[in-house]
Amino acid sequence: MINEQVAQKLETQFPGAVIVPEDQVDDCIILVADRWQDVAKFLRDDPELKFDSLQCITGVDLGGENPMDVRYNLHSMSLLHKIEIRISVTKDNPTVPSIEKIWRIGDWFEREVYDMYGIRFEGHRDLRRMLLPVDWEGWPLRKDYETPQTYHGMVVPKVKS
Amino acid sequence: MSIIRGEEMVLNIGPQHPSTHGVLRLKVKTDGEIVSEITPIIGYLHRCFEKHCENVTYEQVIPYTDRCDYIAAMNNSFGYVIAIEEMMDIHVPERVEYIRVIMAELNRIASHLLALGTNGLDIGAFTPFLYMFRDREYILDLFETVCGARLLYNYMWVGGLSHDLPVGFVESTYKFLDHFEPQIDEYNNLLMYNKIFVERTADVGVLPENVAINYGVSGPNLRGSGVKWDLRKNEPYSIYDRFEFDIPVGEGIMGSVGDCWDRYWVRIQEMRESAKIVRQALKQLPSEGEIHEAIPRKIRPPKGSIYKRTESPRGDLGYYIVSDGKPKPFRVKMRSPAFTAMSVLDEISRGWMLSDVLAILGSLDIVLGEIDR
Repeated sequence: MINEQVAQKLETQFPGAVIVPEDQVDDCIILVADRWQDVAKFLRDDPELKFDSLQCITGVDLGGENPMDVRYNLHSMSLLHKIEIRISVTKDNPTVPSIEKIWRIGDWFEREVYDMYGIRFEGHRDLRRMLLPVDWEGWPLRKDYETPQTYHGMVVPKVKS
Repeated sequence: MSIIRGEEMVLNIGPQHPSTHGVLRLKVKTDGEIVSEITPIIGYLHRCFEKHCENVTYEQVIPYTDRCDYIAAMNNSFGYVIAIEEMMDIHVPERVEYIRVIMAELNRIASHLLALGTNGLDIGAFTPFLYMFRDREYILDLFETVCGARLLYNYMWVGGLSHDLPVGFVESTYKFLDHFEPQIDEYNNLLMYNKIFVERTADVGVLPENVAINYGVSGPNLRGSGVKWDLRKNEPYSIYDRFEFDIPVGEGIMGSVGDCWDRYWVRIQEMRESAKIVRQALKQLPSEGEIHEAIPRKIRPPKGSIYKRTESPRGDLGYYIVSDGKPKPFRVKMRSPAFTAMSVLDEISRGWMLSDVLAILGSLDIVLGEIDR
């Protein structure tokens, strides 16, 4: 499994950066947030890894008191392998170092995650809302989000689910 | 006489503008007619796709995926259903696989025809647009006979299809291909080698290879920059490994590699390749097979997550799906190729004239429904 090999490589290069959980369902690498920029640079530039393409950044709210996840899908176009990186953040202070200078597409992906989850990416050049209006309140994709009753005085119709 | 100093001016293009292909607003900083910075402001068509998905069941998501990219709805639901099938380990009958590939490739041709037509239209070539729309109409008619809808099909289901092929579909598709393939040369005569068109697009908006990869640009835009990368070949999904086709890449025939003309050229060549795939698939199409056979009674993928990407007409279309074992998805994220193509616009338009920006925007082939979701 490529994920395990990469995890071992990262552990030797950056001791303490990889977290090994007790019950892992998915095939992924879980990292601590603070050294993420160095790790990302290493992942992109190391000749054996060469993750040149950042495919996707997904925010996931695991619900309840659980932390939120930021998940990165990295692919290598030259070596044809892929990994998934996960970084957990708390709901009170959701911050992750930004990687938009390493993969430029991270700029827009991170803005989208910020827009939907309120996760702040430190070091991002221009962290604004992306899809929602600038004056929108709250973070819609969090599981505890409540649909506002009104928007600028307009009543939001109720939808039965 | 002293040199006249220009002043920077901010110009708004859109949200309602015929050249923005939807409701997109571009905040353009110009110095005279030279563009120095573009800030795309998106979100006018945001329909909360991802929030909706968390409130409906897995099969109810499929019509939403159609509406994200309304130009290539077949390809969009294709990506979603094979992601779910991989999660649930469903193997669909051969006939279903073939029909899906035929539909996806026909839709790719239709989508490219629209992209090429409007690209020409944006820079003032009206006639090719009508020719291309005429031929796109044939494909939409074919789709109508298959599933009753012309744009938003809801045709691909998890484990199968909504309808089997109607009587006479294979013959009429052959008839369409016989008509269509020679037409491509006509488009070329009309537009691709037209001097005015070449002047407007060659060497304009060059997207270098490393920039394209760094910005996550994919599909024809990436291949226009000379990268031989196509998920149908490099990471075959469904049954694409059974077909013979080439991956056209930009070669800088008229200007330099990665210019607007190359992106245009790649799309033209890709239509030929898609037609080739459709011919092969029609030939190999098994006549036996029940298309509803593998449709599960309950769609409840096991706990876990998946990232599955497919080659849509605009590039790598990825779905990140998280399941918690319940009938409704826990999280669905769509990684849309037009979104990444849009983000590179600022980088490649700097220093060009305002009118070139519209040529570049047209050549990137964006669909706002997919960017805003």
